[in-house]
Amino acid sequence: MRRHLLRFVALVYLVAILLAPLAMVFWRTFEHGLAPVWAALSDPETLHAFRVTLLVTVIAVPLNTVFGIVAGLAIVRRRFPGKGLLNAFIDLPLALSPVVVGLALFLLYGRNGWFGGLSNHGIQVLFAWPGVVLAVVFVSLPFVAREVIPTLRELGDEQEQAAQTLGASAWQTFRRITLPSIRWAVVYGVVLTTARCLGEYGAVAIVSGRIVGQTETATLRVDDSYQNFDLTGAYAISLVLAVIAVAVLIAMTLTKPKEQSV
Amino acid sequence: MLPDSSVAAAWRPGARSDTGGRTGTALSLGVVSTYLTVVVVLPIAALVWESQRNGAHTFWQVVSSPEAVAALRLTLAVAVAVSLLNAVLGTVTAWVLVRDEFPGKALVNSVIDLPFALPTIVAGLTLIALYGPQSPVGVNVAFTRTAIGLALCFVTLPFVVRTVQPVLQELDREMEEAARSLGAGEVTVFRRIVLPNIFPGILSGVALAFARAVGEIGAVVLISGNLPYRTEVSSVFVMNRIESGDSAGAAAVAVVLLGISFALLLAIGGLRFLVTRHERA
Amino acid sequence: MRRSLLLVLVLTCLGLAAASAASARRDGTTLKLVAYSTPKPVIGQIISAWQKTSAGHGVSFTQSYGASGSQARAIVAGQPADIAFLSTGLDINSLVGAGLVSPTWQKASHGGIVADSVVAFVVRGGNPKHIHNWSDLIKPGVQVVTPNPFSSGSAKWNILAAYGAERKLGKTDKQATAFVQQLFRHVVSQDSSGSNATNTFLAGKGDVLLTYESEAYAALAAGKDIHMVIPKQTMLIELPMVPTNTPLSETQQFISFCQSAPAQTIFAENGYRPVLTSVLKQPALKKWRLAYQGGSRLIFKIKDPLFGGWAKANKIWFDPTSGRMLAIEQAVGGPSGAAG
Repeated sequence: MRRHLLRFVALVYLVAILLAPLAMVFWRTFEHGLAPVWAALSDPETLHAFRVTLLVTVIAVPLNTVFGIVAGLAIVRRRFPGKGLLNAFIDLPLALSPVVVGLALFLLYGRNGWFGGLSNHGIQVLFAWPGVVLAVVFVSLPFVAREVIPTLRELGDEQEQAAQTLGASAWQTFRRITLPSIRWAVVYGVVLTTARCLGEYGAVAIVSGRIVGQTETATLRVDDSYQNFDLTGAYAISLVLAVIAVAVLIAMTLTKPKEQSV
Repeated sequence: MLPDSSVAAAWRPGARSDTGGRTGTALSLGVVSTYLTVVVVLPIAALVWESQRNGAHTFWQVVSSPEAVAALRLTLAVAVAVSLLNAVLGTVTAWVLVRDEFPGKALVNSVIDLPFALPTIVAGLTLIALYGPQSPVGVNVAFTRTAIGLALCFVTLPFVVRTVQPVLQELDREMEEAARSLGAGEVTVFRRIVLPNIFPGILSGVALAFARAVGEIGAVVLISGNLPYRTEVSSVFVMNRIESGDSAGAAAVAVVLLGISFALLLAIGGLRFLVTRHERA
Repeated sequence: MRRSLLLVLVLTCLGLAAASAASARRDGTTLKLVAYSTPKPVIGQIISAWQKTSAGHGVSFTQSYGASGSQARAIVAGQPADIAFLSTGLDINSLVGAGLVSPTWQKASHGGIVADSVVAFVVRGGNPKHIHNWSDLIKPGVQVVTPNPFSSGSAKWNILAAYGAERKLGKTDKQATAFVQQLFRHVVSQDSSGSNATNTFLAGKGDVLLTYESEAYAALAAGKDIHMVIPKQTMLIELPMVPTNTPLSETQQFISFCQSAPAQTIFAENGYRPVLTSVLKQPALKKWRLAYQGGSRLIFKIKDPLFGGWAKANKIWFDPTSGRMLAIEQAVGGPSGAAG
């Protein structure tokens, strides 16, 4: 009885807040048939936008994953002053609205910014892909750390200690004991991070310069389609982003822990 | 559930030195702080600097202006409400996804993260289509405060679910089964055995949800109507400031929001510390 | 482990390949155009037409489209741009302030403007609430959609048009300002940009949308069930296209082309009012000539003594600390204002 009640509550919530909107995206995409969808997705500018999005994601996700695991281990397993502060700092990026993230990056790397001189030396941060990577890394920073930390706390480090008494090196202990034990945390963290990188719009809109065919990401393409009343195109691109996110989840859950997974 | 003496040892001051040794600590801390500095601390420092560029008086003037205060109150109220809602419903969802079996469960599990992957424009558009003037289910709450809550629920949905799920998955069932065999009811088992273990996970998710709710603009700006003093949230107020050329004022309000979020995150972290400590005592 | 490592390597290679593709240089001249959000289709056509001429042959473009104010800020922050095509002179002036555009830009031909539009009303198909002029907007029960004036150039045009219309009808400054306040009591959504406001209206909210005439034509062309009304008194929206202080000669050639007959014809066909009005005499553009010039209308401009130019009007109305709109927003929505 209780199980059915819980299931009911969860499903009503999910349907109202998540599944109905997703179904609507699906429906709106194919509302007018396949032709407009294909036209929107095969547009060279759209294809390039997907490449930019994927490039940025492929750089940002591993960076934040490594950070998340290292930071998580440091916070849970090590002693040092200011742990609470560090912990809070990791979540802080989320509290900034994307417009503020863009403003901050302008203040740092814009022409009159703290590091404005970089562009004089040929290092273009803003209005080029490094700026987009910075923005996306910023907004997706916390997720792997936040997944890993509670799991590490729950597990305790008994097994690691046992391994070390048996003579395993730090790296071996990490690879064969710690990593597999936080596998699901890392999986969900990576999936969240990837999804966030794929879907980021606000900060990227500001720092990328929105240069069609160069720094325009898929989300900026969605905005462009929306501006020009091409809602089918907007939904179609969003659907592809959603499919990529789901594919990442499936891929990560399929790499089975026969051996260790990275 | 593993005995937690080793975790306790890591917490207690004066205990045996941390796992991995001092160089390991220095190295990981070095990597972590460098990364955090470049990615997070520098931008925030630039914001703080910008916010006080015109002096403390101007800072206060913007932050205490009636429109800013109204936006701040609305933002915090909705963020807290949505975070609490997530704490409960997210936990229920995680529970159902880990412990229950029903047709389509794998599908549901794989789409939980989609609120992140969808560009916020599309999130806003679909919510308006579903729950706005042309709603197919007759629910029209668009351009009201309820719509803000709706949009925020959408973008924060994955948080608590995904922070609790891995903990639940790793949870050793032995204690629960032992308790049940001793005659404890389901509620007691949950309250005394499961909940204390997933509580840190819930707190992590709530912290994330709150932070995101405070900072969200993309989905909210489409569906709330942004009427100043009524349905305008702080992120929109800040954006208007930037657009009007007052980036110092915008930075001021952003810094205040940041300060409040930071304080709350510290508090949640402290709470989590207390909870795990209490559990071991 | 080995398999996932391989996967990571492959993805990284793909990523790097994409990176190099993204930053590939082109041969020949490339002009960098930074524009506001809506003229992409019409500019696309004009660029194609120009590239067929001898002056434009072999010249390629990079294009960026976004909200006018944001684009201006991006250029100030260092976004490379040869041509800025924005929706208010105010945004161009911010580029002048940063030393990126000549302060005498308005002395160029046609005042630096390549196309015009006017402030228009968009209503539901069939105009069920019979909205024809500004006074209809404050009738009981009429709901108005307009962007927020502190984040949108479109909203600024709308407000100045409302004020100007009342002044042209003989009202005093005080009365006209009161009208704007009364108008805002009817505003049910203040989106952050013109396009968001258009979408809010199309999603079913409100009875009338205040927007650019060119936007209304674009929506009509996209098949939306709407009707456009141009009030008898309205404001001319002048869209400036200026060169930045770059040495490329092709920049000025392109801008001159935009002001010439072939490009002006393209503008006219896409719902923009040409600055070279003689193109409207072409028989093929008869329908547009009637639309733009038919019916006697009183169209006023930002440079009229009534407003005194963008800098003055912006300071009076939209200054973030002292502008009139601040007081109006507070009166309408604040604790002592109408119920939310």
